[in-house]
Amino acid sequence: MTKKVKVGKSDDSFVFSNSPQQFQKKYCRFKKSGIKYIDYKNPDFLMKFINEQGKILPRRITGTSLKYQRKVAEAVKRARHLALLPFVGDQLK
Amino acid sequence: MKLKNYESVIILTPVLSEKQMQEAVSSFRQLITEHDGKIIHEENWGLTKLAYPIAKKSTGFYHIFEFEAPVTIVEKLELAYRRDEQILRYMTIALDKHAVVYNERRRKGAFNKKAEVKEVAK
Repeated sequence: MTKKVKVGKSDDSFVFSNSPQQFQKKYCRFKKSGIKYIDYKNPDFLMKFINEQGKILPRRITGTSLKYQRKVAEAVKRARHLALLPFVGDQLK
Repeated sequence: MKLKNYESVIILTPVLSEKQMQEAVSSFRQLITEHDGKIIHEENWGLTKLAYPIAKKSTGFYHIFEFEAPVTIVEKLELAYRRDEQILRYMTIALDKHAVVYNERRRKGAFNKKAEVKEVAK
């Protein structure tokens, strides 16, 4: 999966995000790539959706749709329960 | 008896010897098959580091059961998990149809686990 670029289109919603700065229409990466199930047993993939402290990234930054954001949140919380992801991480990236 | 798909992950304490670990795992495997559940797939990640210490231990044996079983099994299984002190943590979840498809693809190596996992389901 090439690193998707996700930044708000309009200038005022210029938000620093951990991906390189390029203005592009935000889209839900799950709908685009047709992912239907987010596996909680795979922390590397879930790392893309949490920030350095281990918090779940909000939709306005990742651009995911509500349906998949809930699945991501559920998967992250399950991974945290199973100690695959820390509740409070430091320099996770 | 309608069978539902479940996935159960357990973390065993690292203090166990290999034999003890196998014993514990086989006791649960036997418990599942006893209650006319059918084990589809099992995975053992061996000794892996935990993201945060559980019960003062920072590593654990992960073992994953994926099975099809009647609804009543979850209660019995989790009761057995609670009783067994070797288990640090367990989680049993019901799998929906997308999850089942995903697991099959994962077993067939659709996502090569070694390289960066590409979650692309056609």
